[in-house]
Amino acid sequence: MAIGGKEARENKTRYRKNGLNEEDSYMVRNKLLLAAAILSGGAFASPAAAQSEQFIPILSYRTGAYAVNGVPYANGVADYYNLVNERDGGINGVKILFEECETGYATDKGVECYERLKGKGPTGAAFVNPLSTGITFALTEKTTTDKIPIITMGYGRADSKNGAVFAYNFPLLGTYWSAADIAIQHVAKEVGGFDKLKGKKISLLYHDSPYGKEPIPMLQVLAKKYGFEFTPIPVTHPGVEQKSQWLSIRQNRPDYVLVWGWGVMNGTAVKEAAAVAYPRDKMIGVWWSGAEPDVQPAGDQAVGYKALMLQHGAGKFPVHAEIEKHVYAKGKGASEPGKIGEVLYNRGMVNAMLGVEAIRKAQEKFGKKPLTGEQVRWGLENLNLSEARLKELGFEGMLKPIKISCSDHEGARDGRVQQWDGKGWKVISDWYTANQSETEPLVDEVSAKYAADKKIQPRDCSKES
Amino acid sequence: MLYREAGQFKTTYAEDMAIFPIRQDRMALAILLGIAFIGVPLLADFDIWPFGSDYLLRAILLPFLILALAAIGVNILVGYCGQISLGSGAFMAIGAYSAYKLGTGVHIPLDWLGFAISIPPLPVLLSILLGGLAAAVVGILFGIPSLRIKGLYLAVATLAAQFFFDWVFLRVPWFTNYAPSGSVSAPTLDFFGLNVGTPIERYMLCLIFVTVFAFLAKNLVRGNLGRQWMAIRDMDIAAELIGIRPLYAKLTAFAVSSFIIGVAGALWAFVYLGSWEPLAFSIERSLQLLFMVIIGGLGSIMGSFIGAAFILILPIMLNLLPTQLGVPLSTETITHLEFIIFGSLICYLLIKEPHGFARLISIGKEKLRLWPFPY
Repeated sequence: MAIGGKEARENKTRYRKNGLNEEDSYMVRNKLLLAAAILSGGAFASPAAAQSEQFIPILSYRTGAYAVNGVPYANGVADYYNLVNERDGGINGVKILFEECETGYATDKGVECYERLKGKGPTGAAFVNPLSTGITFALTEKTTTDKIPIITMGYGRADSKNGAVFAYNFPLLGTYWSAADIAIQHVAKEVGGFDKLKGKKISLLYHDSPYGKEPIPMLQVLAKKYGFEFTPIPVTHPGVEQKSQWLSIRQNRPDYVLVWGWGVMNGTAVKEAAAVAYPRDKMIGVWWSGAEPDVQPAGDQAVGYKALMLQHGAGKFPVHAEIEKHVYAKGKGASEPGKIGEVLYNRGMVNAMLGVEAIRKAQEKFGKKPLTGEQVRWGLENLNLSEARLKELGFEGMLKPIKISCSDHEGARDGRVQQWDGKGWKVISDWYTANQSETEPLVDEVSAKYAADKKIQPRDCSKES
Repeated sequence: MLYREAGQFKTTYAEDMAIFPIRQDRMALAILLGIAFIGVPLLADFDIWPFGSDYLLRAILLPFLILALAAIGVNILVGYCGQISLGSGAFMAIGAYSAYKLGTGVHIPLDWLGFAISIPPLPVLLSILLGGLAAAVVGILFGIPSLRIKGLYLAVATLAAQFFFDWVFLRVPWFTNYAPSGSVSAPTLDFFGLNVGTPIERYMLCLIFVTVFAFLAKNLVRGNLGRQWMAIRDMDIAAELIGIRPLYAKLTAFAVSSFIIGVAGALWAFVYLGSWEPLAFSIERSLQLLFMVIIGGLGSIMGSFIGAAFILILPIMLNLLPTQLGVPLSTETITHLEFIIFGSLICYLLIKEPHGFARLISIGKEKLRLWPFPY
């Protein structure tokens, strides 16, 4: 009581000093609070969705340290969905309803976005596409419980290629283990054969997160097999500070540096390489470290820098003409028109296309109506895009045929190498196909361990239809 | 009229020393607990909007409860004992990784001694509590410098803890059971044979933890130990002169605070994230917790909850608003607006009430006492 009384006295004096103002400001504050309460109550209301729309969430990042790469990608995704809606009136008449949610590449925000969007639309999310390996790891179990496929095209966890264990994960077009294998194949070609790899020094400059760490076990396996010396060099998020890493590269003088970076880390790596005079044509970026925003800021210093291609590169194809005609001509485009056809824009488009085709495939079985995630999963697992179909879609020359099955959620594992000439990316190699005899034992080993940890009974793929 | 303790006579010592001596406070708390323990599950069970969807439970209430628990821990150290800490994220990480190791089985080969230490996987509840204990031990270790250094210098020392443990959990593969990607996932949540899987079960689990620890903390801070902490906070030399041992007071504050933060970290990893990487407990988490405590009110258990709600839920609301109201804004504009509005709200609040929400509440209580006849 004594304490309470003292507080009351203090408060009284406070009160007298400020007179009416204090009270007024309280009233204003209360009104504001009330307004906020009403508004926040409304925030949970789900808008009445039309019954014949297929909802697809877009987890994107247009802010933060990774926005330079996140923006073109998200634009590509949105533009392709708009194209399908504008040109075809949806997928077989089922319109695509999509909503973006900003994750900032942060895992906890990604989980929040997923929870926010997973139940929208008449049937919930068709699939989710987090564009972050960290978010993929966090969502893997949740999506399995919620029965929503998670498409991680060219990223995600490499062991999820094994669809028998990871029923809902689809690392389409290539995992990081495939990427590592392709990179080493290219290095071998440049040095004149796999037997010449012996004694060479190859460093991996990686983003210190699940994304950057993913290729390490594969590279260790390859190092042992071919006898090259492998050094992983971590770079802390977000990657603007790389001085000490490049100093150690300068001392160690590796024959090749593989770059597994994202966002500002890529551009910084190129500039730091120039600062220590490490030859840029001995650097090979993964397909996430080989887009225009990664090299343009470095100007002439970036000339010669090489990067893997997730099949496609930059440039315009028939589908771009369609997008310009049906989306941009109507003023519905998401990107600046000049940036259509950039590497990551194209990747977003490819990603959206594969999802749309999976829904189309699932509609063959389940009917032309909005489908649930579980049904779309079937469509993904039975997706088979032939050369002719890709041509029809306007992706000829960007992609090779892809066929997904229960045991192979990757579908294709081809890549090329491109080089920056100061103005644009030039394809400098033939097609490489990742050697499954290298990756498969690791996939089996790691996915079996995951299944044992999580008490998952792997599906029998011979019985899946 | 409504909130006046006049006429509530206390006839026993027990009544006089109750945690909440005022009847209206007790009633308010009972209603709050009733809503949290019975109301929310019922609403969720009958699918009543907005509790029917997982979103509210899994993406808002769950992280809110866990971060509120962590904020209570931080508040004990920063708010009650006055030791500024920037290492809260590290203590959460220690709780999470210790619980993970204990929950999946510990194996330390000591070849040079000719044997190995092997602990079989422990039950989840035990590993979470032991995770807290591990954080407490480390908390004491990193609390030792507080005996010599104070204020901002101590903040720098705790910052060292933050970066050290960030590094440890990234670089020492033993802690992640040699996971190739460095990302680990929690064991299944079995409590006494009961699997806690659905959002509502997870919510109840966290609610029980938070309620128990909030009551323990509330009781602790008004007792002998809490008074020692506050004496140290207000003036350590004076406290020492009246016979309070700074060593004991400061280290107990570090231990209790780290224990609670460690448990919160284990819950954050096991119950909320399910699968995580060290980035989940980065310096940003430490700062977030510190801001919760400052905004909520230093030295207030209730303030920890309000601070957690403000820092965690308000940005989400701001982010949701434009879409829900149908305002056509791009996500980047919304996110930038969110930062601008949220930042200005923090500035406004701290200018208007530097002591945070807890102070606003106590002012509100004083006003209620006089209502409706203020003089």
